[in-house]
Amino acid sequence: MSLVARHLEANGIPTVVIATARDIVETCGVTRLVFVDFPLGNPCGVPFDQDMQSNVLDIALDLLETAEKPGTTLAAPFIWPAGDDWKNTIFTEEQPFLEGEAYDNWMAAKKRYKENKT
Amino acid sequence: MSEHVRYIDRTREYYLSQGYKKPYEWAHFEDIPFTALTKPLSESRVTIVSTSDVAIKPTEGKKAEHHLVGNAYSIPTDTPLAQLYSKQEHYDKYATHLDDVNSYFPVTRLQEKVEQGRLQSIAPRCHGVYTAYSQKKTIEVDAPEILRRCREDEVDIAVLTPV
Repeated sequence: MSLVARHLEANGIPTVVIATARDIVETCGVTRLVFVDFPLGNPCGVPFDQDMQSNVLDIALDLLETAEKPGTTLAAPFIWPAGDDWKNTIFTEEQPFLEGEAYDNWMAAKKRYKENKT
Repeated sequence: MSEHVRYIDRTREYYLSQGYKKPYEWAHFEDIPFTALTKPLSESRVTIVSTSDVAIKPTEGKKAEHHLVGNAYSIPTDTPLAQLYSKQEHYDKYATHLDDVNSYFPVTRLQEKVEQGRLQSIAPRCHGVYTAYSQKKTIEVDAPEILRRCREDEVDIAVLTPV
């Protein structure tokens, strides 16, 4: 996703990325990032919390107006309502990231990619 | 607020423990492009680009047309929200869910910003990119295709939401 943001930005379209995986996006390098410290899946706010989602977008739009240099990150001031325990358990052996059908789909997608590699 | 998760380190350790030998090499660039806004947001047209695998549900058994090129596809912005869903499996299923489209593809929230006058309009299409395993293909195929569609729709600014 960051690669697409960079391409749009390099071709004259200002971008703002709203993401939960801060290190991955910053390592790639994007112009403007709103970092939302939530589990993978809900970068734009807690599900069904419309006020928060609206606030996240306001932060993103503000950043479009105010960022003066590339690589600007703004951390949104929101806390995941159920607490931060998910941070300790994501990508651990106790909680396999992909299991069963999801794992099979991922392996199938990888295989397709390898077959189509040009 | 506790420290944010270091996904690059965490996934490297996780996949090594799963028996993978070669760690994934995340994209990394020193140079970052910058384009300043050329007009106020209130005169700007916005689109969304997302890797949330958002898709349109088939209606009456008819599969929706997503106009896939490479890994890039589009969703008409006026698609009723109830017809959108995500097939994405790469999220933290232990902590959350993808039942609310606006938590990863903020199409209704952006529409509200248009109604409030903060933005001029939302483009007729928003876009998705399926997570590719080839950074080269993302750069050479998907990103130019998204740019082409943005230009066709006279998009001024883009909001990107990786999941």
